[in-house]
Amino acid sequence: MTLHTLLDYETLRLIWWVLLGVLLIGFAATDGFDMGVGALLPFVAKTDVERRVAINTVGPVWEGNQVWFILGGGAIFAAWPPLYAVSFSGFYLAMFVVLAALILRPVAFKYRSKREDARWRNGWDWALFVGGFVPALIFGVAVGNVLQGVPFRLDEDLRPFYEGSFFGLLNPFALLCGLLSVAMLLMHGGAWLALKADGVVAERGRRYGLWAALATVALFALGGLALALFVDGYRITSAVVTDGPSNPLLKEAAVAPGAWFDNFAARPWLWVAPLLGLAGAAVAALLLRLRADGVAILASGLSIFGVISTVGLAMFPFVLPSSLDPRSSLTVWDSSSSHQTLFIMLVVTIIFLPIVLAYTAWVYRVLWGRVTERDVRAETGHFY
Amino acid sequence: MELDVVSLSRLQFALTAMYHFLFVPLTLGLSILVAIMETVYVMTDRPIWREMTKFWGTLFGINFVLGVATGITMEFQFGMNWSYYSHYVGDIFGAPLAIEGLMAFFLEATFVGLFFFGWDRMSKLGHLAATWAVAAGSNFSALWILIANGWMQNPVGASFNPATMRMEIDNFFEVVFNPVAQAKFVHTVSAGYVTAAIFVLGVSAWYALKGRHIALARRSMAVAASFGLLSSLSVVVLGDESGYLANEHQRMKLAAMEGMWETEPAPAPFTVIGFPDSAARETHHAIQIPAVLGLIATRSLNTELPGIRDLVASAEQRIRSGIIAYDALQKIRAARGVEAAGPEVREAFEANGRNLGYAYLLMRHVADPRQATDAQISAAAWDTVPPVAPLFWSFRIMVGLGFYFIVLLGVFFWLSARQRLTQHRWLLHVAVWSIPLPWIAAEMGWLVAELGRQPWIIEGVLPTAIAVSSLGIAEVALTLAGFVLFYSVLFVIEIGLMLRAIRKGPPASADLAATLPAGAAIPRGAQPAE
Repeated sequence: MTLHTLLDYETLRLIWWVLLGVLLIGFAATDGFDMGVGALLPFVAKTDVERRVAINTVGPVWEGNQVWFILGGGAIFAAWPPLYAVSFSGFYLAMFVVLAALILRPVAFKYRSKREDARWRNGWDWALFVGGFVPALIFGVAVGNVLQGVPFRLDEDLRPFYEGSFFGLLNPFALLCGLLSVAMLLMHGGAWLALKADGVVAERGRRYGLWAALATVALFALGGLALALFVDGYRITSAVVTDGPSNPLLKEAAVAPGAWFDNFAARPWLWVAPLLGLAGAAVAALLLRLRADGVAILASGLSIFGVISTVGLAMFPFVLPSSLDPRSSLTVWDSSSSHQTLFIMLVVTIIFLPIVLAYTAWVYRVLWGRVTERDVRAETGHFY
Repeated sequence: MELDVVSLSRLQFALTAMYHFLFVPLTLGLSILVAIMETVYVMTDRPIWREMTKFWGTLFGINFVLGVATGITMEFQFGMNWSYYSHYVGDIFGAPLAIEGLMAFFLEATFVGLFFFGWDRMSKLGHLAATWAVAAGSNFSALWILIANGWMQNPVGASFNPATMRMEIDNFFEVVFNPVAQAKFVHTVSAGYVTAAIFVLGVSAWYALKGRHIALARRSMAVAASFGLLSSLSVVVLGDESGYLANEHQRMKLAAMEGMWETEPAPAPFTVIGFPDSAARETHHAIQIPAVLGLIATRSLNTELPGIRDLVASAEQRIRSGIIAYDALQKIRAARGVEAAGPEVREAFEANGRNLGYAYLLMRHVADPRQATDAQISAAAWDTVPPVAPLFWSFRIMVGLGFYFIVLLGVFFWLSARQRLTQHRWLLHVAVWSIPLPWIAAEMGWLVAELGRQPWIIEGVLPTAIAVSSLGIAEVALTLAGFVLFYSVLFVIEIGLMLRAIRKGPPASADLAATLPAGAAIPRGAQPAE
């Protein structure tokens, strides 16, 4: 099989770096509003009927949206095995908390309305809150730690060793990133409720979404400032080999103040990404104010796109820098799968991703329209 | 078993996988049964079939959601607890997992929303298509995860790359068309169909006994019995026993399942019952049927099946070859490249590289495999024997249940054909009490497959003991306790909701054909036509 040499190794690695971003953005833009709705649930909906309206806006779609998260795990495993191995074992306890929260969420959606009992329903509503808020916070905290470098090293057999602690993750910069992540998803969830819910729930969604959008602007700007002032980047200090074997120990790297701004200095047009992050959120706030619900969600989606792209572009070619032993850092050029696996997975993606996007779009179209209190009161059995 | 990170990680993986597998078989089968019922509805336009689709769909939903939720753990656990494994084989193993997400999970998860929420929003055919998409998605998911698992049992199409210190893919088609994976797929989905068939049969039998929802119960039993009978035959006939010849460790698994310590002259006898003794290395009080095992496993009269002792002797040879490979690998790394190490080292690695994993087996006994003594080599060779007695018994329980299912479903199929489904109350009781049995069989099957793979995580390539993450024992113990607690609570809630939904039954409109007063005795022999 030599078909895979149609595309060279460097190009494939770049494509898979972009696809990694596509997956993370796909996850944040779709499951993001589910998590936002979950985290907003206790605030936007007071009565049981209001809560059912809020829950049913995401009822038919959260399951498909969540697959972006699962596919993210699978795709990192397939295309970036060292990243999969180091990050999930390193962030072990944090990952456990995320898993527990994300397991709670599907169960809460499905089981909440199976019984009339108010205590039962209230309990599951809090589970939905935890299932939205906790993963949003932890994902942000994780990104904040990745930007600062993670205390791991690889030995000669490429076995990863992690020497940090769970509480070490909770440093000020990481918490700032965690708050940004929460604000971003609350903005998105609020915009979704504005579009899909009805009456008072939609109204509260607009209000909370507006404040969350303004918080996103502030926290993202603050995060950029903190990154410039307090966080050191990393640079490859040996010759950069882009098509060599995936062995991180074949390079040299070092901590370098300001390195996370190198790419923006070299290619000023990349500033579009952070600008999109800021402008998208600001415009989303404005549109929610103007009750232009259909466009507001697009603006908040663009903001998410901008924020996540900014992080990826700042770190490129690093994907997981090591603060303990910079040489062990994982980069785009030395932590991918083999040339052939990247090619096969690209072919599979080119075939199936458009199909997935097509039927997902169709399903959203079938489900088009607001969920009203009258709908959920009708007891057709077709709502949670 | 001592309590170290390896055994705790194994325990956590086993518990979370077996727990996940409480929900998966029912999802696999019930998705298809529900789709069949809806197809009948669309073709005949009789409302009872729509009510059946909705009722079994409700039970499907309660089960499905926990399958999805616990599947999240599975997707991330390899990286969390088995990071060296993830690095070492991610190049091959990751691909089927990612394809599973792209091809299967999106399909089932996107359309399951329409299945529940789309009844009033789509045409009948449109909704039917959504239902079949859910069934197809579930079954595709089984295909890809079993391709991944099949590769762990029979790692074809890949080789070790010294430059990246990991296995890398050579031939993707060999991985996809791995005979072990294909046999596993057919076996596992068929077992899932049987699980769902017996579930539907048992629940319907309970309604029949109570005199409730007779019309729904009788039709459901007819569908379940015919679908289940076909599936139960497929489990046995297309079962994966033929896969046990694919490689040496699969043969070891077979020998351990049979408690067969010595190589038997062909065709080997089948041990119906006996007491395997790993300390004495023999099986006591064995009752054997001549020739049956040889026939089942080799489909021939003259192929010899090796016993455990001969397989251990062969493993010892491979360990010695592995030591040469390990030595060559160290030289390649010291020289920073295969070419730089010289032709002699390269040839040594090429000749022995496929046995590298066997040298890693020595690491339980000695830090540097090159320093191993003969006694340590022999001990490592005996490590390749999986726990014989648990395999022997799990296998027999699974097979015994498998044959029982054929009989049970066959009887109900016959009753259904003669329109006497509800005639024998004691048979209905048997059907109700049989509900848990497919789950026992499925979990036993998981144990045979995965315990039988030990001490390997990837057969012949990577021992389980060196595949774990460098975690602290407290961390793993904490998450293990967390999973046990969390999963137990969810289990109680799930069973509670399931029983509640069954007790509640379908909405009253489903009893269209049931003109009997509630609790009335079941009329014998005089049911209306199905």
